Amino acid sequence: MLEVKGLYKTFNPGSVNEKKALSGIDLTLNEGDFVTVIGGNGAGKSTMLNMIAGVYPVDRGTITIDGVNVTKLSEHRRAKYIGRVFQDPRMGTASDMWLEENLAIANRRGKFRGLNWAISGKERKEFKEMLAKLDLGLENRLTTKVGLLSGGQRQAVTLLMAVMNHPKLLLLDEHTAALDPKTAKNVLDLSDKFIEENHLTALMVTHNMRDAIAHGNRLIMMNEGKIILDVSGEEKKNLTVEELLEEFAKLSGSEFANDRALLSN
Amino acid sequence: MPFMNAMPGAITQGIIWGIMAIGVYITFKILDVADLTVDGSFATGGAVLVVLVTSGQNLYFAMLCAFLAGCLAGLVTGIFHTKFGIPAILAGILTQLSLYSVNLRIQGDMANLPFAYMNYKYPITLRNVSKTLLPVNVSKDNELLQMLTRFCNQSLLICVIISGVLIAVLYWFFGTERGHALRVTGSNLAMARANGINTDNNKIIGIVLSNGIVAMSGAILSQYQGFCDVNMGRGAIVIGLAAVIIGEVIFGKIFHNFALKLVATIVGGIIYYVVITLVLNLGMKANDLKLFTAIVVGIFLGIPYWKAQFTQRFSGRKAVEEEKEVAENA
Repeated sequence: MLEVKGLYKTFNPGSVNEKKALSGIDLTLNEGDFVTVIGGNGAGKSTMLNMIAGVYPVDRGTITIDGVNVTKLSEHRRAKYIGRVFQDPRMGTASDMWLEENLAIANRRGKFRGLNWAISGKERKEFKEMLAKLDLGLENRLTTKVGLLSGGQRQAVTLLMAVMNHPKLLLLDEHTAALDPKTAKNVLDLSDKFIEENHLTALMVTHNMRDAIAHGNRLIMMNEGKIILDVSGEEKKNLTVEELLEEFAKLSGSEFANDRALLSN
Repeated sequence: MPFMNAMPGAITQGIIWGIMAIGVYITFKILDVADLTVDGSFATGGAVLVVLVTSGQNLYFAMLCAFLAGCLAGLVTGIFHTKFGIPAILAGILTQLSLYSVNLRIQGDMANLPFAYMNYKYPITLRNVSKTLLPVNVSKDNELLQMLTRFCNQSLLICVIISGVLIAVLYWFFGTERGHALRVTGSNLAMARANGINTDNNKIIGIVLSNGIVAMSGAILSQYQGFCDVNMGRGAIVIGLAAVIIGEVIFGKIFHNFALKLVATIVGGIIYYVVITLVLNLGMKANDLKLFTAIVVGIFLGIPYWKAQFTQRFSGRKAVEEEKEVAENA
């Protein structure tokens, strides 16, 4: 479903701030793969997701989604294939627009926006049903400004927006990192549910090793812009946090350094 | 009652500038871009109208051309901003500056083009602003009633109708899929792109539409006053902001509907002009008006910032005091 080949990215090349973010990423996701991504500070996890989403142009390499080479497509053109949830709950929704307006915008991702009404009556009914399934009491708040919702509610709404028109690929970039533990668990469970129900192919960056092991069918570990570990199936299910840390030390020759991971594990 | 006698004219001018302020509202409030093109495109609208009309063209065709000329000016700014990567304010200043030369060319190298000798037959003119349309005969002794009937003059009514139609059209447009795309672009760029919205194109569309409306209002103003002038748009952005902010300060708490917010902007323009007429009547020199306007707008723009500072400091102090109390009680 997703094929990344020889992806390189250097920020501020030739300057004192030069940062090699990605140094040759090769990654193939089969349809229905749910891959969790872990790695230390500056390992390139978010950069990899942003490159796939088209936020930055690539230096070298190709990105193919469902057989379509999207390497040269701009971010908004690629959006047709990709659903995204960001770390910052404020980033995935438009604060000063209504809940139903946000949902309607996501519902038209990848479609031409003309002069039809932005929201149809039929959609409103569908939105209500979808929101009811979130179980957050949002189904009666369609005309509430999203900025008035809590971080957890906004993240759940962004998740709904990301999956509502069945993207080829779902990108979750530490989407629970800014939430309190209980809300984070709810949003994570919701992600699991959506991915399973819609048979989505997904990449999830997380700082929490336990989450990385518990969710998805495959786990990759990144370090200095490279994928250094790729486990799936039974082997992944039986992993422990200790084994992962050991593995990291062995493969990278250094201690696992991720501020948030150290705090939360 | 010189002040009261000037009211029908002040309100008419207020509505005309209010229409311009709706253009400013689209960029400043919806797109979250400060577009200074308007100082130039306002005069462009006036210039195009006067030149076409004096050369014998139909008035409504001339209005349409004025609108399109404004759109073109907006397109230039939009391209400067999105395709050249120039910050919006600077892009607007560049276009505004170039429009000064362009406007002079349109006006045949004349800084000022009168056509008052023919504008009497057009619907919106200074001449009919004190002629009531009401079919009543008020005796000359009843000054108050006479003055009131003058509010029902042709220029004012037509300006009300134009702004009503404009607001209806914009209400429809911003309720469409395309209109929502523009709103999201102004609200959250990252989210807009992630949902397949071409933010560059939508910014251009917004700036084009805004300047089209501004130029149309410039065309109406030159029709009303009977001349166009290369300097008639100087400070238009500030007057537009004044109207937007006055409308927001007065009606922000009660008007939540988009159409009503636009109505509030028009009313903001009217209030601005009524206040200007008042201070002029109280003896302020006309040359000081721009200084006065800038100071008032500066203060109104500062109010939300000061409010936030004040509440922050206040709640901060309160929290410290509460902490102290807790410590003392323990």
